[in-house]
Amino acid sequence: MEVKNINIKGIPTEEFNDNEYLENYIKELEANGVNVVLSKIDELINWGRSNSVWPLIYATSCCGIEFMSAAAAHHDISRFGMEVTRNSPRQADLMIVAGTMVHKMGPLIRRVYDQMAEPKYVLAMGACAISGGPFVNSYHVIKGVDQIIPVDVYVPGCPPRPESLFYGLMQLQRKIKVEKFLGNRQR
Amino acid sequence: MEKIKELILRTVSDAVIEQKQKLTVTVEPNKLHLLAKTLRDNTALPFDFLVKLIGIDRGEQLGVNYLLASSTDLSKEIVLKTSTSDRENPLLYSISDLFETAQFNEREVFALLGIRFINNPDMRKFFLNGDWVGYPLRKDYDANPELNPVSIESKEIVDIAPRITETPQGLVEDTVKIFEDDDYIINVGPQHPSTHGVMHFRTSLNGEIIKKIDVHSGYIHRGIEKLSESLTYPQILHFTDRLDYLSANINRHGLCMCVEKAAEIEVPERAQYIRTIMDELNRIDSHLLAWACQCNDLGAITAFIYGMREREIILDIFEKTCGGRLIINQNVVGGVMFDIYADFQKDVKAFIPYMRSKLVEYDRFFSHNVIALGRMVTIGVMSKETAINYGVTGPAGRGSGWSCDIRKHIPYAMYDKVDFKEVIRTEGDSYARYMNRLDEIEESLHIIEQLIDNIPAGDIAAKTKAIIKLPEGEYYQRVEACRGEFGVFIESRGDKNPYRVKFRSPSMALVSVMPLICKNEKISDFIGIGGSMDYVIPDIDR
Repeated sequence: MEVKNINIKGIPTEEFNDNEYLENYIKELEANGVNVVLSKIDELINWGRSNSVWPLIYATSCCGIEFMSAAAAHHDISRFGMEVTRNSPRQADLMIVAGTMVHKMGPLIRRVYDQMAEPKYVLAMGACAISGGPFVNSYHVIKGVDQIIPVDVYVPGCPPRPESLFYGLMQLQRKIKVEKFLGNRQR
Repeated sequence: MEKIKELILRTVSDAVIEQKQKLTVTVEPNKLHLLAKTLRDNTALPFDFLVKLIGIDRGEQLGVNYLLASSTDLSKEIVLKTSTSDRENPLLYSISDLFETAQFNEREVFALLGIRFINNPDMRKFFLNGDWVGYPLRKDYDANPELNPVSIESKEIVDIAPRITETPQGLVEDTVKIFEDDDYIINVGPQHPSTHGVMHFRTSLNGEIIKKIDVHSGYIHRGIEKLSESLTYPQILHFTDRLDYLSANINRHGLCMCVEKAAEIEVPERAQYIRTIMDELNRIDSHLLAWACQCNDLGAITAFIYGMREREIILDIFEKTCGGRLIINQNVVGGVMFDIYADFQKDVKAFIPYMRSKLVEYDRFFSHNVIALGRMVTIGVMSKETAINYGVTGPAGRGSGWSCDIRKHIPYAMYDKVDFKEVIRTEGDSYARYMNRLDEIEESLHIIEQLIDNIPAGDIAAKTKAIIKLPEGEYYQRVEACRGEFGVFIESRGDKNPYRVKFRSPSMALVSVMPLICKNEKISDFIGIGGSMDYVIPDIDR
């Protein structure tokens, strides 16, 4: 599979940033070997998976309000098949970490992440979730949620606009589409 | 106020009375409780509203400032000061039996400064974990991250509170159980969509009736007050936006005014107009979101979509003015950062009739809905006395019949030149708070209407020095944010950085009263009452 075959909402691949990252990711996947027939089934599975990502909103502060804007009618997250926000981690595929993470929250976010079923993804929304943001020098702030759980997509901004969130979500869809479920030699 | 001075000297003869920005009274720790009680029970002018409780590390001493105001006239204020020189085991007397709102504030002071309060029934740390090493707001705090590493191990919650009580035999330290042994406890939060943020309510139930609620906070405590101490005044401004992000502009207005008054900076009239209009737009935006979320909490998802739809128009106006949507960075010390754009007046004037027609629509399809009425009328009743004692201001306090609008009592910016009504209801239930918000949207529209055509020409900001230094002193500023009274306290030692900054968060009072008004209500109504209080958690935790 190549990156240019990945179609999200008809937007050409060249308009996305970070294509290099995905190409490396594909090379890594192909190094494990992939079967032609199975890869077609993979494409079908991934088409379904990438268009029905159910997010869990781990909203602690301002970014959560921008997510609410994104979910409401004006921006309409359901165009991406993501309007089914789950409040239980066991039903969610994607955790959107929106807001500052502090020491007291550390164990809780780890526990919620562990409760999610595989395959699971994490999107860090906003400066605080990425690095601690404006509060990076504080005694009680964790400097980025990636110190606790692995993050797939980073969306910068303070808070990011709904459009930037959608761009991040589309990048995640692209990432899901290049993955393969079947035909791994190691199985 | 002369009579008050006499009263103070009659009660505590060695009190030191100074006329600073506010009337300041310094007393010994053991006299403070008596003085506070006398002032509270003074019938002519009762000082029964504890606005702020501020813990300060004064170097040699650890102390507390209390800002008291009268509930009948909020502009009458007194500052009480006390301190102890024992830094190893600092003890002060609690006033939580006089002012319930002091309970959480004293616990906060204990967590951040290590002062324990005698006779406070619950002396657990409020924001920080119980095993946190050091007291962050002390000047000699060791910020070495190895002392307090990030942990991913879940800790057991211990429902036992230490306390110190004064008995005739002396001080006794013991512990008290928060819940009874066979209580059935469920955790609402910290990650729960209906707590409007990361608040943790440990709720003990009797069937589906709430017996007791224990509030755990600090899941978004960012240490803003400590961070501010190492920044200059213009640098602190952006923190206020991120406290209560829904009234971002108003919070920032408060801090700007505090600095401007202290540094004696004159704000141009054009900037005052722009600030007031933006504040009111911000208030409408916040109340719309509150309305949308409250309806959502009661099961009306359509209302959520409707509220967000109207809100988007205001966000567009904000965006065209200064580029930001939620956090707009408009106010700066001395004025505003950006002038209004060419079509600003046209856009706002188009919005006003549109919003009015939508208010009618909201009223028609939700305010008289039988399910909505059943879940709001006579649910979560808060009396006026409770509201004052807990310091609950804003639409919630006014829903209980307490006239507590700072815009009326202590007018700032353009509020003394415009005509508007303070919306007061006396029922004190969820429905009164709900209706208050909708009516306040109407009042805000009315204020904007009077200002929008008269914006004078001129500068948008006064010229300020590159580095703003405040003269030595203590400065207080109170503004009416969307959820109630937002307060700023700055203690300056003549430097470009503040010595101590404290923000009064209106939401903390809203949450502190929740255990009382939710008692004996159903657990399902707990969410509805929370929606009607409309607290913002990052504002509490700071």
